[in-house]
Amino acid sequence: MSEIHGNVAVINAPSYVNNQAAEAIAEEGTRLLGEGIVHLILNLAESKMVNSVGIAIIIEVIDNATQKGGSLNFCCVSPTIEKTFQIMGLKQLAGIYEDESSALASVDS
Amino acid sequence: MADRDKHVNLSIPMQPDMEVIATTTAESIGTFMGLDKNKVDEVKIALVEACINAFEHSKSEERRIDVSFSIDEAGLMISINDGGAGFDMDEAMAKIAEKRNEGIGDRGWGLTLIHGLMDEVSIASTSSGTLVKMLKYR
Repeated sequence: MSEIHGNVAVINAPSYVNNQAAEAIAEEGTRLLGEGIVHLILNLAESKMVNSVGIAIIIEVIDNATQKGGSLNFCCVSPTIEKTFQIMGLKQLAGIYEDESSALASVDS
Repeated sequence: MADRDKHVNLSIPMQPDMEVIATTTAESIGTFMGLDKNKVDEVKIALVEACINAFEHSKSEERRIDVSFSIDEAGLMISINDGGAGFDMDEAMAKIAEKRNEGIGDRGWGLTLIHGLMDEVSIASTSSGTLVKMLKYR
């Protein structure tokens, strides 16, 4: 589910980020944060649909990462999911990057 | 095409992930009527939220929702009827405002997303159920 790039982990989200999928992402995020990898990138390249319950769970992961001095950013976000994030105010909490390499570069710099 | 040919009706059980049946239908209809892909995606997320709201809050005894899709000149109209106990809109909006003040991570984003993603939304709630009507322009 995740790939490690130095001190950053990329978590790949499934097609539909509902509450079950978000719980799995949160579980993986918690495991990574526990291992000291505090910068997380959620790759939404495969994600076509989200729901607000799932997003609320991911916001908890953002909070947990931030509390540990890290971050959770998004990449490969569809226009509609980005609009959904905008409505829910996620853009104030996390960066949104066009692709995985620019998301990784943002953490390195 | 006759008007009756521009309507699709679904009856969906209130079970986890059953909202995907509605979104799959919305995608097929949106594609059929030539709706832009991003608009179809916005409809799908709004529909997910409407279905989840109904699943979680309707208190319906039948535990089913009726979803109807209509194509007209304006666009795609979707109606979701939960057959539940209804709710007080002012009270619900006050609760949502209260949650917003507590932080964005809390629940209760469904109505906000529906309004943000659709072009027109109306909600009528009575003791025999809540009817959400939402329109996406062509």
